[in-house]
Amino acid sequence: MEFDYTEEQLALQDTLQRFISRDYDFDKRKSVLRSEAGFSAEAWKQYAELGLLALPLPEDLGGLGGNAVDIMVVMEQFGQGLLMEPYLSSVVLSAGLLAESAADAVKQKLLPQIAAGKTKVALACYEAAGRFDLAHVACKAVQKGGSWQLSGRKSVVLDGPSADYFLISARSSGAATDADGVSLFLVPKQTKGLTVTSYATQTGARAADLLLEEVELDADALIGTAGAALPRIQRAIDRGVAALCAEAVGVMDALNKATLEYLKTRKQFGVAIGTFQALKHRMADMLMAAEQSRSMAIIAAVHVDSGDAAERSRSIAAAKAYIGQAGRLVGQQAVQLHGGMGVVDEHMVSHYFKRLTMIDITFGDADYHLGRFSDTLLTT
Amino acid sequence: MDLNFTPDEEKFRGEVRAFFKAKLPEDIRNKLELGRRISKDDMVKWQQLMYAKGWGAPGWPVEFGGTGWNIVQQHIFEEERAEANAPPQNPFSMKMLAPVMQAFGSPAQQQYFLPRILTGEDWWCQGYSEPGSGSDLASLRTAAVRQGDHYIVNGQKTWNTMGQYADWIFCLVRTSTEGRQQQGISFLLIDMKSPGITVRPIIMLDGEHEINDIFFDNVKVPLQNLIGEENKGWTYAKFLLSHERSGNAGIGACKRALKQLKDIAAKQPGNGKPLLEDVRFRDRIAQVEMELMALEITNLRVLSGYAKDSKALGPEVSMLKIKGSEIIQTLAELKMHALGHDALPYVREALDINWKGNAALDSHYNAYAPPLSGQYFNYRKTTIYAGSTEIQKNIISQMILGL
Repeated sequence: MEFDYTEEQLALQDTLQRFISRDYDFDKRKSVLRSEAGFSAEAWKQYAELGLLALPLPEDLGGLGGNAVDIMVVMEQFGQGLLMEPYLSSVVLSAGLLAESAADAVKQKLLPQIAAGKTKVALACYEAAGRFDLAHVACKAVQKGGSWQLSGRKSVVLDGPSADYFLISARSSGAATDADGVSLFLVPKQTKGLTVTSYATQTGARAADLLLEEVELDADALIGTAGAALPRIQRAIDRGVAALCAEAVGVMDALNKATLEYLKTRKQFGVAIGTFQALKHRMADMLMAAEQSRSMAIIAAVHVDSGDAAERSRSIAAAKAYIGQAGRLVGQQAVQLHGGMGVVDEHMVSHYFKRLTMIDITFGDADYHLGRFSDTLLTT
Repeated sequence: MDLNFTPDEEKFRGEVRAFFKAKLPEDIRNKLELGRRISKDDMVKWQQLMYAKGWGAPGWPVEFGGTGWNIVQQHIFEEERAEANAPPQNPFSMKMLAPVMQAFGSPAQQQYFLPRILTGEDWWCQGYSEPGSGSDLASLRTAAVRQGDHYIVNGQKTWNTMGQYADWIFCLVRTSTEGRQQQGISFLLIDMKSPGITVRPIIMLDGEHEINDIFFDNVKVPLQNLIGEENKGWTYAKFLLSHERSGNAGIGACKRALKQLKDIAAKQPGNGKPLLEDVRFRDRIAQVEMELMALEITNLRVLSGYAKDSKALGPEVSMLKIKGSEIIQTLAELKMHALGHDALPYVREALDINWKGNAALDSHYNAYAPPLSGQYFNYRKTTIYAGSTEIQKNIISQMILGL
């Protein structure tokens, strides 16, 4: 057992912390939020230079072969600094999925480009009617001779507007909620019949809905085996969940730090409000929630690459459910303890709170994952 | 970051498991499994078996006759102990007095008392709380006045656990009324056979005799029974409490209780199917299991952090105490609720391992049922003792957060 980061991981953490304080403070972030893209192309370039974009990719394809704990280090800092760049969607989800499933030619073409920051890929695997169910795929993929034709819709594709490619789940056989019959396709943004509708999300990051109207694709657009993509998509989303858990821990730490500072400096009735026991105890609850969440994020990171699918699923579901609940507590109480300052846009607290709230909802909220975890009690 | 046990640790686990399997007496195991009363004799017998194996004190350093196990080994041992339904060792001797004696006791005290704890010869209890001094422990008034080569002790201790069995009691006593109240406290070892000591049972809400009032009426205590320096007792008391709280996470016991809860929920009827298949009930189990998963790692993170830096236990153990006590309470509550109406009967004699059943109840009352409601009531103590949850939050906010 070992609960500390390695020296390399600590160095990575330090690099990111310095980057955030130097190049990504609150004012800088505000200007990023207001920009057309909703993220900083300049920062993205720096991530590439720092090797962050190559971190989880396999070494034989120009990657650094990092594991989920390395990603945890990065995502924790994404939370601390509320970084806006499409790291989760492009690097953690899409590049991971490609590395695991794509043909060599596709990997050799795309992964080095992703690592270099020149190409971004977004994962389109949810549909409005399916809520959080990855198996709910009504988008159709019909094979016609050597090619495929896709028709349907994909909703709330994270970082969709800036993506150069989409990884799209589509049904090549079976009924709309069957586990079998889901296939995965790599679709360039500029493809005839694909309409990308972009919008901002609550945190300022961008997302898109996709409309596919008889989108014609070559045979090599199919990633992996036809009809057998669901377990791989689930694994990718589980990796994304582990990353979100780490990001949430970073957000919670930042919120707790800000709240503690406020309790010590804000004076009412002639004293610092942190002298009031009702508030002290609330702050103690927030600290415990963050520490317990960190433990859960560790569990998620350590088990997400486990070959034991049941163990992986159980750990990921428990971590996401727990952190969803704990994040709700920390976020709401941080706002409450900041009083009026908690509900204004100009203060960082509201931005952290919104991110934490959206992390809970992304890839299944606390109730969804509690159910997923709870159901494992029937089989273990 | 690695949550796997090393091959050596797995081997150690196997050794511990094999020991419990071979040496734990069947009757004691049955009592633990079914939640029946265990006697002092059971606990002493088990302590002797542990001692014979060389495991008389899993948490102590080797120089005092302990095993010298590291945090992870102790964690494994505790997990296996609970899983095997082996009794816990007397915590007052092992986890409270001993660390204080090892850190602050005289060589003579260490040489005399520690071996007698290891062999099970001495049973210790704790004299901390008083009728007027609960959370505000430092306000205690039991007085020890020097008279020649003795202290004369007068006063009353309360919420004393298992003192009815004890050979010795360690007490916080007031030796000075000058300065801050924390500055006049001393840590004294008192022979329970001393004239002037009276033990009066307090019956708890579950109907059981677990705790006592202890009265001291001109009790003579030799000066050499003082730990460390006079009026420095508060320092030792806080040191003791941090050790006590670090054990209060009770991961092993919680895991065992969780497993039992799942077993019971799988057997109990729940509207035409096993209760475990009732989503509403199962989600409550899942909820507490998640909290326990997190605490297991938090516990190891905190304790291994101290061990790595060779630091004394600090205020972080308050988090472990709060969470562990809440989890064991929730598990007890769910076990009781799992019984449905079978939670209602109070069958006092059923807590005896020799109980053979009751004609009126036999058709539906399972062997695991009798202790569960009492356990729920009894475990309300866990967020009160060793510093209530509110006191722990005060400690966290003051010592960790600086509020």
